[in-house]
Amino acid sequence: MFIELGHFALTLALFLALIQAVVPLVGASRRLAGWMAVGRSAALAHFALVALSFAALTHAYVTSDFSVANVVQNSHSAKPMLYKISGVWGNHEGSMLLWVLILALCGAAVAVFGTNLPRELRARVLAVQGMVATGFVLFILVTSNPFARVFPAPLDGQGLNPVLQDPGLAFHPPFLYLGYVGSSVAFAFAVAALIEGRVDAAWARWVRPWALVSWCALTVGIALGSWWAYYTLGWGGWWFWDPVENASLLPWLSGTALIHSAIVVERRDTLKSWTILLAILSFSLALMGTFLVRSGVLSSVHAFAVDPARGSFILGLLVLAIGGALTLYAVRAPALQGGGLFAPISREGALVLNNLLLATATVTVLLGTLYPLFMDAIGGAKISVGPPFFNRTFTPLMVPVLVAMAVGPLLGWKRADLSAALQRLWVGFAFAAAIVLIGLYIGGFTPVLAILGLGLAAWTAAGVVGEWAERVRLFRLPLRDSWRRARGLPRASYGMSVAHFGVAVLVAGVAASAFEQERIETLRPGEHIAIAGYDLALREVRRVPGPNFVADEAVIEVRRNGVVIDEMLPQRRLFTVQRQSTALTAIRTSLVADLYLALGEGDDQTGWTVRAYHKPIVSWIWLGAVIMALGGVVSLTDRRWRVGVAARKPAGVPAAAE
Amino acid sequence: MRRLIFLLPLLLFAALAGYFAFALISGRDPRELPSALLDKPAPDFDLPSLLPLGLTEGQRLSLAGLKGQVVVLNVFASWCAPCRVEHPLLLRLARQDKVHLVGIAYKDRPEDSRRFLAELGNPYRATGIDRDGRTGIDFGLYGVPETYVIDRQGHIRKRFVGPLSATLIDRELLPLLRQLERP
Repeated sequence: MFIELGHFALTLALFLALIQAVVPLVGASRRLAGWMAVGRSAALAHFALVALSFAALTHAYVTSDFSVANVVQNSHSAKPMLYKISGVWGNHEGSMLLWVLILALCGAAVAVFGTNLPRELRARVLAVQGMVATGFVLFILVTSNPFARVFPAPLDGQGLNPVLQDPGLAFHPPFLYLGYVGSSVAFAFAVAALIEGRVDAAWARWVRPWALVSWCALTVGIALGSWWAYYTLGWGGWWFWDPVENASLLPWLSGTALIHSAIVVERRDTLKSWTILLAILSFSLALMGTFLVRSGVLSSVHAFAVDPARGSFILGLLVLAIGGALTLYAVRAPALQGGGLFAPISREGALVLNNLLLATATVTVLLGTLYPLFMDAIGGAKISVGPPFFNRTFTPLMVPVLVAMAVGPLLGWKRADLSAALQRLWVGFAFAAAIVLIGLYIGGFTPVLAILGLGLAAWTAAGVVGEWAERVRLFRLPLRDSWRRARGLPRASYGMSVAHFGVAVLVAGVAASAFEQERIETLRPGEHIAIAGYDLALREVRRVPGPNFVADEAVIEVRRNGVVIDEMLPQRRLFTVQRQSTALTAIRTSLVADLYLALGEGDDQTGWTVRAYHKPIVSWIWLGAVIMALGGVVSLTDRRWRVGVAARKPAGVPAAAE
Repeated sequence: MRRLIFLLPLLLFAALAGYFAFALISGRDPRELPSALLDKPAPDFDLPSLLPLGLTEGQRLSLAGLKGQVVVLNVFASWCAPCRVEHPLLLRLARQDKVHLVGIAYKDRPEDSRRFLAELGNPYRATGIDRDGRTGIDFGLYGVPETYVIDRQGHIRKRFVGPLSATLIDRELLPLLRQLERP
């Protein structure tokens, strides 16, 4: 009953999306206030209906309604409640419904929080979002209906893929989708601006918070995915350049470029067509990620069930959305007024450099991801590029980004003095050099690149502190004056500092991975491994029952200097329904280092494979990502986003007659 | 001229979309072999074997040495994440004693491959080292992992691109092996 209601609500939502796509657009071009106002109500109603339909599917999962095909395929009555709920988006159909729900949420957010936008712009933005929503709701209804029933209903479900039954992964897709779909708002703003034929500082000021929200969510989503890979796959890796990971990294890279280039539009009223292109590109890459994962064009660990019909449909959507936007861009963008030239050594010059490097990195990762396909198409030798390609091309691009990141914020707008900025950073340079020298002294030149990486992280962090000190005139004014200045700095400025500091933390974590140690041994109960000053003794391996699995659990005693400091319990779980096993690693984490244990195959006679890793500051990778996202959030609380809008009103568009 | 620059993104996207359409239509299932080598003799190879697993010192893994038996050839690498996902299935497959499963470590340092197998268990009766990826190119390798079924005459009968799944093994691989092993 609920299920049919959900199906019906989604069908109705399709029609509302159609109305949202057409009526406000016509209203905006004809200046019909009533027609434009329809966009707002349509977006809210559309959101309510999609939310109802999502709730209906969630209800079916929570109550284990096995007359619904989707529930049968992806749930099981013995599954813990958390995974019953996360099972809703742990499959193709449900995840598309979540996608559409977040899209509708973004539309509703524009409708609610966009009251200070000029009416035409808001109507057009909502119309573009309506078009995207129409396409995706239609996609669900035609090719991926989650509401299909089965008759007769089976007694129990087939269960969720055990690899997905994990708290980290339960929350990974919602964040990732919020990031992907959030970029649709910037996209809608870009398309609306192209239709209007006008981009100005106020436009950039409206777009940036939306782009920031999407960027923060994407940052958290990618970090969660990477963290999940780290602690569940049981081999200590945290990033492996898999096509699906790349699909999430691509919109992140272009989104990072976008939030920086929008600053230039806002402050200097230039770089407009480039910023528009980045906004279109970010959403296009997010859509392409969806396409690649679901069409089966690239195969990957994460890939959902392959279905060419779905692939063709998404490709059609892709061509309409991206092709349409880019056509509009080709026609309208040349007419956008640029705001004059600027000096290479200036704040905007540094931001352009940042954009060039990030765009190059985006193209590099895109090429590396699609290269095997291209080679296949032209009939050449088929070559897989693998991580070596990315490590060799991506890393050298990130080095200048980091070097410039410390200097850029110290440069003034329009014209700046590079040597003066560098002089202010001499403390930072000395700090970085000291880190490198200490590293070389202790490490003995072995992983020289990693030590330089740590130096780079130190340089970036020092740049952040140096920039802040410069702004508050630390030690040059009395401390009380500095304190007053520090409190007076805009939140956006703190947001930047926090986010850039997060980058430094992340880079340090990545660089330090070269110092990890690993031991892989076959142990019988009573035997030991020594790693990084720890002594690990396998006491026993016991059978432990779980709600929907049985596990072999190793009891490993951790000693340091002869004293027992901990007992770690890595497990190997066998899921009974799917007859599939997963590893549950035991990790002793701290800001200094992680001690990471995973249990492999084996038995008491021949011994158990135990893998032990000691990873210095590996947790900084995710900590850094969280700090970056936090910086974005701090920046979002800046009052400029609310106050800045009023600044346009006097010079704004004459209001159409009500 | 200036307009052309603004047209560029559209043109690039058109090329990409055209390519996706091609990939979608031509390669109906990306896990199927594009017919080039199907039912043709497998490309010849003769590789040093990974020690000390399987073969004794100085022995090699070669096509000639495998003739006369139905072979499942799995190409893997320690740096390949999907291989780790697939690995438990290979271990289970290897336990069925009729399946002659051999591995090729593609573009991988031998010590890394050895550690990979020590860590996850070794399903292969023998493992060849394809250090420079030459054999991979001969096979038209698209990526790792890939799995080939080679019959008694040394002809490729099936290719699986990407990680095997339990369904693929049960529905396609095992029935094919049963059919090929019939005298």
